[in-house]
Parts: sequence; C-alpha cells; structure tokens
Amino acid sequence: MRKNLNVIAAYSIMMGLIILVGIFQSWNIALSIFNLCLISAVMTMGANIQWGYAGLINFGIMGFTALGGLAAVLISVDPVQEAWSVGGSNILFSLFLIIAMVLAVRYILKNYKKSKNRTYIVAAIIILGIIIIRFISEPGIEAIEDVEPAKTGFLGGLGLPIIFSWVVGAFFAGGLAFVIGKVALGLRADYLAIATLLISEIVIAIIKHEDWLTRGVKNVIGLKRPAPYEVNLQQTDWFINFVEKFNSSKLNLISDLTERQAALNQLVIEGSSVFVKLCYSGLFLVVVIILLILTQKALYSPWGRMMRAIRDNEEAANAMGKNVVKQHLLIFVLGSAIVGIAGAMLVTQDGLFTPGSYRPLRYTFLIWVMVIVGGSGNNFGAILGGFVVWFLWIEAAPIGLYLVNLTTAGLDDTHFLKVHLIESVPYFRFLMMGVGLLVIMRYRPKGILPEKIEIK
Amino acid sequence: MDFVNAIILLLNYIFVPALSYGSQLALGAIFVTLIYGILRFANFATGDMMSFGTMFVILFTWYFQSVGIDLGVFPTALLAIPFAVIFMVSYMLIIDKFVFKYYRIKKSPPVQLAMVSIGVMFVTQAVVRIIIGPSDRRFFDGEKFLIKAGEFKEMTGLTEGLAIKSTQVITIIVTLILVSTLFWFLNKTKTGKSMRAYSDNEDLALLSGIDPKKIVMTTWIIAGILATIGGALYGLDKSFKPFTYFNNMLPIFAAAIVGGIGNPFGAFLGGYVIAFSEILLTYAYKKFFMYVLPESMEPDGLVQLLSTDYKFAVSFSILVIVLLYRPSGIFKGKVL
Repeated sequence: MRKNLNVIAAYSIMMGLIILVGIFQSWNIALSIFNLCLISAVMTMGANIQWGYAGLINFGIMGFTALGGLAAVLISVDPVQEAWSVGGSNILFSLFLIIAMVLAVRYILKNYKKSKNRTYIVAAIIILGIIIIRFISEPGIEAIEDVEPAKTGFLGGLGLPIIFSWVVGAFFAGGLAFVIGKVALGLRADYLAIATLLISEIVIAIIKHEDWLTRGVKNVIGLKRPAPYEVNLQQTDWFINFVEKFNSSKLNLISDLTERQAALNQLVIEGSSVFVKLCYSGLFLVVVIILLILTQKALYSPWGRMMRAIRDNEEAANAMGKNVVKQHLLIFVLGSAIVGIAGAMLVTQDGLFTPGSYRPLRYTFLIWVMVIVGGSGNNFGAILGGFVVWFLWIEAAPIGLYLVNLTTAGLDDTHFLKVHLIESVPYFRFLMMGVGLLVIMRYRPKGILPEKIEIK
Repeated sequence: MDFVNAIILLLNYIFVPALSYGSQLALGAIFVTLIYGILRFANFATGDMMSFGTMFVILFTWYFQSVGIDLGVFPTALLAIPFAVIFMVSYMLIIDKFVFKYYRIKKSPPVQLAMVSIGVMFVTQAVVRIIIGPSDRRFFDGEKFLIKAGEFKEMTGLTEGLAIKSTQVITIIVTLILVSTLFWFLNKTKTGKSMRAYSDNEDLALLSGIDPKKIVMTTWIIAGILATIGGALYGLDKSFKPFTYFNNMLPIFAAAIVGGIGNPFGAFLGGYVIAFSEILLTYAYKKFFMYVLPESMEPDGLVQLLSTDYKFAVSFSILVIVLLYRPSGIFKGKVL
C-alpha cells in the first residue's frame, strides 16, 4: 500500500481534476474528456509495450489508429449490394491475384539461392502483377464509385455489431506491423522511427484515396453504436422516471406544473447525453482494465524479464540464447495491435470515420508525449500520461486564453497584439506539450511514475 | 518534330520541376545529415526549423515591401534571407544551449536526443503558428517567368511550350553556390576539416586538440543557413504553409538516408534521386506517348504509374530498396 502511494495520489489528483471540470464546466465535457483519456490510455499502453518494454521506436501510431478505424467501418456498415454486384467480382479477383503474387514471391525466395537472376525475377513478378491488377481492378473500382456517389460509392462492410471491430482492428494493425517488422526491424532505432513515420503516411494516403474501400475524404458517417441513441432515450419511460427521481429534490422546488415539465425535459435531454457517454465509459473501462491486467502480468512474467534484458543489453541477451529479432517482431505486433483496438474504439465513440482528420502530430507525437511524460516502462505511468496529457490538450485553450488575458491586461481590447494572440490561442497547446516534454525529459527523465522493477 | 515536342514536354513537366524540387530537398537533406554526422541524432524538428527560418524571411519581406525596398525583377525575399539567417542561427544556438547541450555532455543515447528533438518540434511549431498563423502564404514578387510558354512556342515554332519560372532558376543557382561553398568549406578550411574529423571519430578528434564547442557551434550555424535558405526557396517556388513543411521532413529524411546518412555529398545527390523518382513515377505520360507513338497505338488511360497522392510511397520504397541492398546508402555513410 505504502509504496503505491504515489500511484494512488497521482490518479486521485487526475480524477479530481476531471470532476472539477464536471462541476465548473459541465458533466458532458468532463465525460467526453474522460472517454478520450481512456482511449488515449489504450494507445499509450500499446506504445509503452514497444518503447518501455523493448525500446522500439514506433512513429507509425497514426497509421495503426487509422487501420483500427477502418476496421470499424468495414465491420459495422451494411454491405452495399449494388456495388458488390457491379464491381465485387473484379475486386475479389484482384485480391486473389495479390495473394497469388505474394505466394509466388515467397516461393521463389524460399526455394532459390540468392542471385541476380532471382532478384530480377522477383522484381518482374511484382511489376507485372501490379500492372495486371490495375487493369483488372480499375473498371471494378470505377463502377463501385459510381453507385450513388453522394450516399455510398463504396463496397460497405459486413453489417455486424461495431464491437467486433475492436478485435478485427487489432488484427489489421497487427498484420501491418508484422509486414513492417519483417522489413524494418533489426535496423537501428532511429531508422525504424523514420520508416514507421513514412509507412503511417502511406496508410493514411491509401485510406484517403481508395474511395471504393473507405469512401476516402467523403467520410463515413452514422456508424452503428454499441450504446443507445439520445433521441430514443429521451422517449423511454424508465429513463424519464429515473431522471425525475434522481433530480427530485431540485424538481420539487418548482411548484408550477408546466415549468416543472419544462425543467424535467431539459434535464432529460442533458441526462440522455451524459448517460450515453457513461455507457461508452463503461465499455472503454472494461477494455483498459483487461489490457492493464494482461500487460501487468506480462511485465512481471519471465517473458517480461526477457524483454527488459533485451532492451537493456541486446548483445548479452542474444548471447544467452534469446532470439532478439523474433521477440522484437512479436512485441512490435502486440503493441501495434493494441493501438489498433484504440483506433477502432475512437471511431466507435465518434460514430464517424474521417480519414482527413488523421494528422501525425495528434495521433503519433502526442501519444509519444503521453508515454514519456507518464513514465515509460510502467503501465500505470503510461495510462496516467494519457490522462494528464489529454486533459491538458483539451484544457490548454482555456488556460492559454486566461494567460493571454492576464499578460495583456494593460492593453486595449482592440490592440493588434492582443487580438492576434487571442486568435492564436489554439496553438498554445503545442507550446505547452513541447515545453512539458522538454521539462520532463530534462528533470524527470523516467516520467511522472517511473519504472519500478520488483521481483515478485 | 513530334520527337522534339516530346522532349520539350518532359523537360517542362519533369526535368525542370524535379531539378528545383530536388535542390530544395538537397539543402534539407544536407541539414539533416550534418546534424546526424556531427551531433549524432535524427533531428525530427527539421521541417519545423525550416518553416521557422522561412517565417523570418516572410516577415522581413513584408517589412521591406512596406518600406518600399525591392530588388526589381528579383524577389524581395532574396534580400530578406541574410537577415532571417541571423535570427535563425541565434534561435538554433539558443535551442542548443538550453536543450541539446545537456544531453550531449551527458552522452545520452541518440534515441533520447531524437525524443528531445520532438519536444523542440512541438515548441517550434507552436511559435511559428502563433507568430504567423497556419494558413497558406505566398511571398513571391518580381518577375514570375524567365521564359513563358507562349513566347517559347513563338520563338521555336513548336506546339509544346517550355515555361521556366524564375524561382526555379533562382533555386538551382542558389543551391549550386551554397553547396559548392559548403563543400569547399568542409574540404579545404581548417574548421571544415576538423568538423569532418569530429564526425568520423570523435575521440580521436578530441585527442588531437579539436575544440568540440567550436565544432558544434559551426554546425548549428551552417544548419541555420541551410534550413533558412532551403525553406525560403521552397516557399518561393510553391508556397509557405507550416503543415507542408512538417510533411517535407519525410522526403528529406529519405534523401539523407538514401545518400548515406552523415555524408553531405550523398545527401545532396539523394535529394535529386528522391525528387526525380517522385516526379517520374507520378507523372501522367499520356501526352508524351501521343507525341512519340503513331496515332493507332495511342494509349487510352493517363499512363500514370502512381497517383500523385502516393508520393510518400515513392520515397519509402526507394528507402527500403536502398536499405535492403546497401544499408549504408548509395554513397558510403554510417551503417544504420
């Protein structure tokens, strides 16, 4: 109990801050901050597994998040029958060709010795394959994109409940991570960082421009929800009764019947959106707790010790007979899969998929700031980092505005400097994140909650 | 005649743009490679440092324009560059003193320095956006074209025009002057030689009495000049937008690695390799084939190998291929 005091204190302060937002701003804002904090916490856990356990830099978090989001679309949207009938066969045939191409390349690489001829043959297969696939898929893609472009224009998904996508998103992200890992792992850490950064940009480019699959920048809106809709809730009896009972003391003060009814309606509308957010919080909390238990178990297992050994001294671990390359690949896939879950959760919460909104600063570097600030190698630290940094990220604008008003108090309201500064308040969050990261790295390089290795 | 037209077409749409884009990348890549070779970390703030320098160029250009100073046919920005460089270099030296120096003395691993550079990236980005805003800005003035497409057609009687923008010529000339001065400096002067020695083997260089403080300071000064000029040339040619500059970091890194990281000459050529392959692979060759092939064989589609949206894929593929077959880059750099 005693040695965990700092963890408990840090988390209580964090929860206190969120409750303060609930009291002073509104419970709606507080809960949406809390939900995104939970999603950020899942992302930081993924990044923390890679960086904190194994010392791998993954700057491609944005790409894995987007893949998770894509999974949410492909799982939950109803299939567009018309699109399937006009272009489905072409797409399926191209998919088959891609698989055949990969298998052929694998076969050649496996069964023939490394030589110049082999390289040329592999290159020829890939180039020819791409040309053939383009010829076959193009008419299909055009036909699919012409099916009611304003409403669908894509193949749609499987029409399953969106919750399944959390698992599928993990598989998508893990699969991509496997491919990247095969190519890029084993090179030095900063090279992996640059390679993953490039790959995540490519993933976003594909998602943005392959309209037949994702609708691209036209966005997919109105995804299914695992939680009830506000409009439906506002008309259900038990919910209205519940709100009435919950606020009975406040309502009893109002004597006029019509006024009372109006106040109740207002409360029901507010209550319904809070209730929906609470449903999401519950679902996300379950995911966070399950992941936390699993990662904690892994950290203190023999496997976790081996990972730390590899991180701290790769050569020594190698000499002790540990397969460094294989373990790096495994942990890269696992961490990326967790990020994929978070991506699917994010799209589930928003109910829409907007490929244009994926920016490296928000989805890659901010997550890294969270991991470093929270404490790399410590799961509680990483989650706390997600909470603290996301909270600051959202509350930076009000804080920045307050500071600007304070420092320019002597100036006239129309003074150009004051107007300019107030206009640029949204960018103070970057400044805050940057300064925060630099200060933490300098004076507390292990983060708010540092890694503690204890033998149990 | 058709054949000449086809060549002019390629010159107009591929060769000239790629040459100027490559020069801009090359300056950035030398910046990355110098920092990597001498200070020994991957600087993720590259793009934002370039936008920081460009911001000062724009501010000075506005000031000169408001006072009424201009260079006639040349853009005013050329006059603003030296002043911007002073501000940029002092910014970099301040950043080095307060941020990077601590980790250098502590001999932190390169990964940690890369993380620190992300903090610098956030701060720089915030400062740029607070001062000048995130929107797209053009600050070009003076004569826009050296040769206009219409004039060229009249002069030669060809159907295909060749337009050369003055910014493209300025970019290429300035790059050549700057890079040759840099190589002269690195190869012939005492400071340059000691910089190369320090990059090659730090301990040996220190033993032979080279002052590390001086080396680091010179590196940041050169880096500041390169970043400001590279950024300003890119902004003159296209336009200034902080987010684009941030994204330019990716082809710049690819260029530095392809050329062999730590090797300035490799980075210089790497810039052109990336630029040419990006433009060659994303150009639609339909018109070219219309000139070259007989009418019956004309292609229906655009004959575009890759859509322009996938230009990052080009840099990445080159990067992967080079690293798989020559891990130290085309010209021998440090093995990653």
